[in-house]
Amino acid sequence: MSEEKQVGIVLVSHSGPVAEAVAELAKGLAAGGATAPVAAAGGTPSGGLGTSAELIAEAARKVDGGVGIAVLVDLGSAVLTVKAMLAEGDELPDGARLVDAPFVEGAVAALVTASAGGDLAAVEAAATEAYGYRKL
Amino acid sequence: MLDVDFFRRWMAAAAAAVDREADRLTELDSAIGDADHGSNMQRGFAAVTAVLEKEDPQTPGAVLVLAGRQLISTVGGASGPLYGTLLRRTGKALGDAPAVTDQQLAEAFASGVAAVGQLGGAQAGDKTMLDALLPGVEALGTSYAAAREAAEAGATATVPMQARKGRASYLGERSIGHQDPGATSSALLIATLAESYERGGGGS
Repeated sequence: MSEEKQVGIVLVSHSGPVAEAVAELAKGLAAGGATAPVAAAGGTPSGGLGTSAELIAEAARKVDGGVGIAVLVDLGSAVLTVKAMLAEGDELPDGARLVDAPFVEGAVAALVTASAGGDLAAVEAAATEAYGYRKL
Repeated sequence: MLDVDFFRRWMAAAAAAVDREADRLTELDSAIGDADHGSNMQRGFAAVTAVLEKEDPQTPGAVLVLAGRQLISTVGGASGPLYGTLLRRTGKALGDAPAVTDQQLAEAFASGVAAVGQLGGAQAGDKTMLDALLPGVEALGTSYAAAREAAEAGATATVPMQARKGRASYLGERSIGHQDPGATSSALLIATLAESYERGGGGS
């Protein structure tokens, strides 16, 4: 385990349970090595399907250690909301970045890499590389 | 000149219009989307009305920036960041002038529409908001009435299109034959701009 600050991970889904479950899955698969902070921001504050800028901003604040935040998203409004928040400039902490990655596989790769002490670029590269993981 | 009251009237008229048309927007969205466009827009613009009341912005740009930010944080669907970006970028382009000319608004709105295109990655003909916004903003250089007509014609013209962006694109050819809900609400937004101008006498 590193004493250094680690990159934070935010998982944004249309569904609260999906975001929470993917966070749990990533922590579980990181097998005891999951030391980097990860937070889920799924669904609307009232528990419905959708995307909430408020929940995303809260999750980002929670995992912000000052060395970057990788934001992974599922689709549609999750992608657009994070992009619009980043364009604003002050709704997310400095160093927050939207990472182009498959949601589940990317989350696992990102958390493992961040927990191993990878910087934001390394976390982003690992998450994006998950697109290359073929199943057939 | 268009002063801060003009922009407040526009936002109030937009809130009233999405309230009035919510059922229709949701009905259009139930054909090719997830049947929440009307209620999402209603919730977003109700929040815009509330925040404008509470924070009382003093310039045209500040009204639109605040309205846009509020849409992004309250809508919960893709229309939130898209309309939020449209208004916020338009507002930023207006700067902090106490009043703006028709020409300045037309140019600022064009930059807002361009930002929507950049955010969503859609182009003309993809059966999206842009199919009403692009012709609307182009005609805005002529007159508000022309912009309203062009945006409405643009929304109607989405009926035979096949969706290439957003959830409706998953439907492939089955998206043909339905008017796009986003283009419809975009035409409403431009119609309320024209309405605010005609009613309020936007100035010389």
